[in-house]
Amino acid sequence: MSAPTTQVRPTLPVFDAGLRQERTRRRRKAYDRPGFLSYGLLLAAFVGSSFPLWWSFVIGSRQASDTNLVPPAIIPGPNFFTNAVRVFETVDFAKALTNSLIISAAITVSVVFFSTLAGYAFAKLRFKGRNILLLAVIATMAIPTQLGIIPLFMIMAEFKWTGTLGAVIIPGLVTAFGVFFMRQYLVDVIPDELIEAARMDGASMWGTFWHVALPAARPAMAVLGLFTFMAAWTDFLWPLLVLGPRNPSVQTALAALNASGGHAPDHSLVLTGALLSVIPLLILFIITGRQLIAGIMQGAVKG
Amino acid sequence: MSTTTRARTQSSDLSTRQKLARLDFKAAPYLYVSPFFILFAIIGLFPIAYTMTVSLHDWHLLKGQGDFVGFDNYASVLADPFFWNAFGNTISIFLLSAVPQVIVATIIAAVLDQAIKASTFWRMSVLLPYIVAPVAVAVIFTQVFSQYHGPIAGFFDIIGVDPIRWDFDPIPSHIAIASMVNWRWTGYNALILLAAMQAVPRDVYESAAIDGAGRLRRFWSITIPMIRPTLIFVIITSTIGGLQIFAEPKLFDTRTNGGSNRQFQTIVLYLYELAFPRRDFGRAAATAWILFVIIILAGLINFAISKAIRTADVRPSRKATLAIAQSQGAKR
Repeated sequence: MSAPTTQVRPTLPVFDAGLRQERTRRRRKAYDRPGFLSYGLLLAAFVGSSFPLWWSFVIGSRQASDTNLVPPAIIPGPNFFTNAVRVFETVDFAKALTNSLIISAAITVSVVFFSTLAGYAFAKLRFKGRNILLLAVIATMAIPTQLGIIPLFMIMAEFKWTGTLGAVIIPGLVTAFGVFFMRQYLVDVIPDELIEAARMDGASMWGTFWHVALPAARPAMAVLGLFTFMAAWTDFLWPLLVLGPRNPSVQTALAALNASGGHAPDHSLVLTGALLSVIPLLILFIITGRQLIAGIMQGAVKG
Repeated sequence: MSTTTRARTQSSDLSTRQKLARLDFKAAPYLYVSPFFILFAIIGLFPIAYTMTVSLHDWHLLKGQGDFVGFDNYASVLADPFFWNAFGNTISIFLLSAVPQVIVATIIAAVLDQAIKASTFWRMSVLLPYIVAPVAVAVIFTQVFSQYHGPIAGFFDIIGVDPIRWDFDPIPSHIAIASMVNWRWTGYNALILLAAMQAVPRDVYESAAIDGAGRLRRFWSITIPMIRPTLIFVIITSTIGGLQIFAEPKLFDTRTNGGSNRQFQTIVLYLYELAFPRRDFGRAAATAWILFVIIILAGLINFAISKAIRTADVRPSRKATLAIAQSQGAKR
């Protein structure tokens, strides 16, 4: 997880990456110095990435009619807090935040745990049928599970789970991608000798997993956890189907807020709500941005 | 003789603890992989398979299972002009998003693949949109692409262009929705492509530079061929994602399911409308399977095209899974 390239050999990854970067930097200077154009393009990308959020903040901190200003407003106003309070009054945003936190945390813990367990078995244990089962995991990665939403909805309705958080959590408990991802990581990271040594010392299979595999898997577990959490937090279609308006997730609450104005939506209110829905992940992003980038660059997530 | 006897005695004399250890050794792997397979069978495979059963029946959301009708649901969906309208819209939005997205992502990746100062800052800034959920993106962009107010309308007003009816005319609405997808995913894909670019040995660039190859020449003749498997991976994943977009068109006009004239109704939105407002689960399930087939076909077409235009200097990869595996960091 530490090295930002895909070709790095697994031995001493941190050291190796540092060395490589140092070497590359010195070497590149000769022919590859980025110019004005490069920084200009990056600046444009930065503005493009942040403008929609900035503009939401501008309108969210003003009054709705300010969207009509010519030229358009680009400086924030004083009303952000007032508008935020109105968001919490219009929809049950506090409940939505709590619900999304519970849903995302439960799904993350489950996916990370079961993926590590199965990924470890596929990477390091020998058993009959291993290759075929691993192929099955890879094949299921390509299936968009969304396509099963109709029977899944019927199941939830049958068991009277619609409207409960369980209806959102259960379909997210495992992913084929997680298993494959952990397997790819653990295959490199744990030397077979280490597992054999633990076995020689009389450790049980579970003990070996718990004391040898789990500590080694931690960096990959963190990255898988981050992406799983984000995917659960941003999911919309399934929560929309099974969670009613009285028990919303952040996304369904925001959609309800967006629809609340009918033909004359209150833009300031809606954009403040959009920003509030982004803030939790924004904080996570600021803290863990480096790991996210490393994770994507290692191919942590399929698009 | 004596040795065999001793061995046999020993093996039958294995202590309970040793037997348990052996059982542990044999059974543990299956125990570790079984939670995944059991849960996946319940929440993944069964629903998809059962979708087939539902699709072969008259099936109403409230009344439940009706008569077996064979492939009638498929026939009626495929004969429905609204389905083909949704199909066309999906393809149009997909093309408007995938093509610019891949091009811009490749350019950003190439810029980042230099000795850039503050590289973490730039990388984080291009990734920022990825953390904004599709619902929030749709809400924000609906305001940005407003006909009479918002920054785009304001800009058009200043330069004296007539306002565009973003939520009414088909192509402008497709552009608005594609912009939402592009905004969220371009930086993400740029980072995947950047990873592939960084795996290209620097010596190759160096010797090309010494031989007098300019920056553009190096990009076309070295970078692009070398990152081709990752490029294919990015295109395939954005195809799979692009064919399934829902939140963006759903929220672009909250009062309808894809516009007053269905001018931006996508296939998943069509499926949603059949299943919930219209409560026709049979046809919705048929639509799900049709979409599944479309996704697989799109993947195969992508793969065939990329195979056809592959240049001689790139080693052919054996399977689509390999291309995915490589981009997932399996390359060792």
